[in-house]
Amino acid sequence: MDKHSYRQHISEQFNAELDSVKTQMLEMGGAVEQQIAAAVAALVGLDSGEAELVVARDHEINALEVAIDEECSRILARRQPAASDLRLILAISKVLTDLERIGDEAAKIARQAINLSEEGASPSGYVEMRHIGQHVMAMLRNALDAFARMDVEAAIGVAQEDSIVDKEYANAMRSLVTYMMEDPRVIGSVINEMWALRSLERIGDHASNIAEHVVYLVKGLNVRHFEVDEIIAKLEERH
Amino acid sequence: MQTHAIDIGALGRKPTAEPVAADPALKVDGLNLFYGGSSQALFDINLDIPKQRVTAFIGPSGCGKSSLLRCFNRMNDLVDGCRVDGKVLLEGDNIYDSRVDVSRLRRRIGMVFQKPNPFPKSIYENVAYGLRIQGLNKKRILDEVVEKSLQAAALWDEVKDRLDDSALGLSGGQQQRLVIARTIAVEPEVVLLDEPASALDPISTLKIEELIYELKSRYTIVIVTHNMQQAARVSDMTAFMYMGKLIEFDNTDTLFTNPSEKQTEDYITGRYG
Repeated sequence: MDKHSYRQHISEQFNAELDSVKTQMLEMGGAVEQQIAAAVAALVGLDSGEAELVVARDHEINALEVAIDEECSRILARRQPAASDLRLILAISKVLTDLERIGDEAAKIARQAINLSEEGASPSGYVEMRHIGQHVMAMLRNALDAFARMDVEAAIGVAQEDSIVDKEYANAMRSLVTYMMEDPRVIGSVINEMWALRSLERIGDHASNIAEHVVYLVKGLNVRHFEVDEIIAKLEERH
Repeated sequence: MQTHAIDIGALGRKPTAEPVAADPALKVDGLNLFYGGSSQALFDINLDIPKQRVTAFIGPSGCGKSSLLRCFNRMNDLVDGCRVDGKVLLEGDNIYDSRVDVSRLRRRIGMVFQKPNPFPKSIYENVAYGLRIQGLNKKRILDEVVEKSLQAAALWDEVKDRLDDSALGLSGGQQQRLVIARTIAVEPEVVLLDEPASALDPISTLKIEELIYELKSRYTIVIVTHNMQQAARVSDMTAFMYMGKLIEFDNTDTLFTNPSEKQTEDYITGRYG
């Protein structure tokens, strides 16, 4: 599928509808990204006020998901899109679900931030939290960019990052366990941090799902539940 | 509570039809069609129409889809200056062979047109017509064939009490189903449908589409349609044609979700070609 070719319909109105629904989805992606950044900052800075705002804004993310998904249903019913247009609408609808789940994870991180600010900070200094937070935010941004530019290679790059995040997460868990062994009094706060890290790891999974939807959008190939090297092999098979 | 073991492997498996028979109903081999010496309507068409499946031809006006359909029962023979080269094989025999009896061919490959064209006769005589011209006049047999054909065409319940009324009194949708009943009364192998629903209202259109689905268990159906959604709804295979050439021929599912050719993509998504 050509880049931006969805703008060449005989029906100008259809161009505008597809353009609009895609733009709204990307804007929702931007809002979700901000939620993660704010949640991580609130956790690291023990800022329960900021964390409360993140939790409150999750309703807005949920409402966006519903509104944009309804727009997708409307286009399906009224335009009966085919081929790349059909894949665009289906991919947007699936990405919406992942974005909404990322929003939920951001809210979970914010709730842990509230717990930590009330019960006392974790002794870890949140080095891993900051690092993995940056990593998954970059994955999400790259996945959405790949969607906007219909860039399969960039999408595969995102999927490859996910296994690195998984390793970072496992290492972070190990190091947090050592804090708990050293001083049982910190177990409560370390567990709060672990939950927040778990949410970041899940965000990485969702970003990776979005990248897979990009492959479906551009190539018409369903690569969910495949490992990255299998995806690459499948794409090469196509050529 | 009793628990059932669920066969996970069976979930989501497509209820697939019988596998396609190995030999096609029609095999088109290097077909070219010329009108009046210099103008060429079809260019080197190669295509296998599978048995007991619905194959749809789509494409913009003038792409040659109707011309190709008409080649399958030699309707183009009636056009002055029309010349065909290449082959169309029905059960392995070239229908353009000089020894072929065209009226016999048209019994094996029936055709239904865009505008319903019932004869100005009774409903009964319309369906019995094909058998009568074959010399079959036994009332018992005719009664049986008329009922069976009207039932197969999903029209029997609507007309069984007025078989002797004029066919011209039926609605457009009923007339079209009557014409289909007339076509299948002579038990053809292939039924060609040229825009069979384009003159009909949406409900009659759906009835014809339902009928097409029913008929494919016994006949090979080839349909030309301007309505892409109709092709997507009724067909198993779809051929996209453009400027007299076959651009793409594939499973309907694949062609409408992930076509290989850009021209197909542009056409089915309504883009500038």
